[in-house]
Amino acid sequence: MPSGLFHENYSNDERIFQTLWVKGWLWVFILFLFFGFPFIVSDLNKILRFNVLHTAILTGIFVIGAHGINILTGYTGQISLGHGAFMAVGAYTSAILMTKAGFPFILSLPCAGLLTAAVGMVFGVPSLRLRGLYLCIATLAAQFIIEFTIRRWTGLTGGTQGMFVPYAAIGGFIFDNDKKFYYLVMVLAIATTAFTKNLFRTKPGRAFIAVRDRYFAAELIGVNLFKYRILSFGISSFLAGIAGALWAHYISLIIYEQFTIHLSIKYLAIVIIGGLGSVLGGIFGSIFYVGLEQLLEVMSKELSASFPLLITYFVSIKEIMFGLIIILFLIFEPDGLAARWRTVKAYWKLWPFSY
Amino acid sequence: MVESMAKTGIQPGAEIHLSVEDIHLSFGGLKALNGVSTEIRKGEIFAIIGPNGAGKTSLLNCINRFYKPQKGKIFFEGNEITHLSPHRIASIGIARTFQAIELFKGMTVLDNIKLGRHVHLKTGIVAGGLYFGKGHREEMALRKEIEEKIIDLLEIEAIRKKVVATLPYGLQKRVELARALAMKPKILLLDEPMTGMNLEETEDMARFILDVNEEWETTIVLIEHDMGVVMDISDRVCVLDFGSKIAQGLPLEIRQNPQVIKAYLGEEDMTYSRLGA
Repeated sequence: MPSGLFHENYSNDERIFQTLWVKGWLWVFILFLFFGFPFIVSDLNKILRFNVLHTAILTGIFVIGAHGINILTGYTGQISLGHGAFMAVGAYTSAILMTKAGFPFILSLPCAGLLTAAVGMVFGVPSLRLRGLYLCIATLAAQFIIEFTIRRWTGLTGGTQGMFVPYAAIGGFIFDNDKKFYYLVMVLAIATTAFTKNLFRTKPGRAFIAVRDRYFAAELIGVNLFKYRILSFGISSFLAGIAGALWAHYISLIIYEQFTIHLSIKYLAIVIIGGLGSVLGGIFGSIFYVGLEQLLEVMSKELSASFPLLITYFVSIKEIMFGLIIILFLIFEPDGLAARWRTVKAYWKLWPFSY
Repeated sequence: MVESMAKTGIQPGAEIHLSVEDIHLSFGGLKALNGVSTEIRKGEIFAIIGPNGAGKTSLLNCINRFYKPQKGKIFFEGNEITHLSPHRIASIGIARTFQAIELFKGMTVLDNIKLGRHVHLKTGIVAGGLYFGKGHREEMALRKEIEEKIIDLLEIEAIRKKVVATLPYGLQKRVELARALAMKPKILLLDEPMTGMNLEETEDMARFILDVNEEWETTIVLIEHDMGVVMDISDRVCVLDFGSKIAQGLPLEIRQNPQVIKAYLGEEDMTYSRLGA
């Protein structure tokens, strides 16, 4: 039995999953997502008392968006408060292309991503001069400008009435129920995760991290700061656009109120809870946030039912809990759930002889 | 101090690799550089020395355009590079290490060195994200080359997977040199590579610099306060004082130059022992 990992070539050493064991577990997990999970949701629904499949779909959509904001904020170090609006751009683009221009879903989805990327890059231009909080405020402008445009451009977006979005369809296959849509979201979420993970073992990904850690040194080893800051905005918004489009096709009715600053802050909260600058972080954060949201909703509903006189207090329990959780995470685990996961893994590696 | 390290191997030709002409740089009222001109020949080890605040680092900063000189021109291989941006300077083959280490401290040694190769890689967003075919092959070729050429040369095999922040100072300096080498530099600007090192580390570093100069035929510009090292390994020495060049020549000439002695100590009599190494 080998007493350690001994690689015989560089290719093995560069692998994400260093052992077959880990890779095997990942495949087991993916197979479970596709062939196990959808068939046990009805049992889970009874235990957890909320719609588990709906939660899983939302989680998948948030995973895609969270990878987006993680690339920008976690890896490139540029805080964005505009991701809610970028998601709206994706949602409306896909919806408008399908209803007004007659695009098939398979084309409107990438187009939504690309247009959002373009919009994101435009709003990323201030990153040439602005850093930190100042850039953050500049992206806040993106949030409000986009929101305003959607609200007022009634002819195209339906304005305050919102607009109906047709079902997603590939070829003749229509994703018209939760179960079908679940598969679509999972495939895209897994693809995005793989893409993000790979990106950070190659040139552009390393450059992003360099820009975040020490932009001065990055420039002196030949990283074009402006180009990479804008690129980061581009990729990040692309993913936000994809997430937005999926959201639109899932919810079927989109209205600008779904994409306010609250959504942007939610995204930031997800990556902070999950772990900035970690691919796992986006996944953990999304599962944690969406799952907890559903649980708290159930809780506040049931508490309200039991104590009808106190109903006004239970309504805001969700907001209070999230505020508290974000603060606790910032204090006790600023690197998020992903860091906790690493600690646990390191512990079990040596267990029971931890010396 | 550093014994028997006299340079052997290729002799630098007379071909001029980098030249600065009449560089003026001031910060408000402070004149950091006052009309410095010098020429660096291809393949030589060129040392810049001078008392603290003489403008040595400012000169390097002007060369890779971190500072913009108010007046003066810089030529590299015959082309003017005064107007280029820092990342362009890096891509034409001018690499640099820093007095205060400028590594990416949260990354591993290997990632830091890989970043050095940035300008020579072609993988884009899509190829990188897919990590398949060309993007994958390029990464593997990069890893192989870094391992076999740089890590092996600088003897940092044991620490390649370590996070830079956890390494001792001397090793961090070595990693910074490794990152600069990954840029495949034609000219390497080293800003005090031996500061804060003990004797053994200093000797190692001197050996690496000589190795790089010989094996890679890289021109080296070196700022260093350790006179023993400077006199032993450099081909020519340039002395700056208060932003002006006061002397330039072979190490032996510099050692005996009365102006240099005066700049260093203010008095003439005690000097020889200090500069004499």
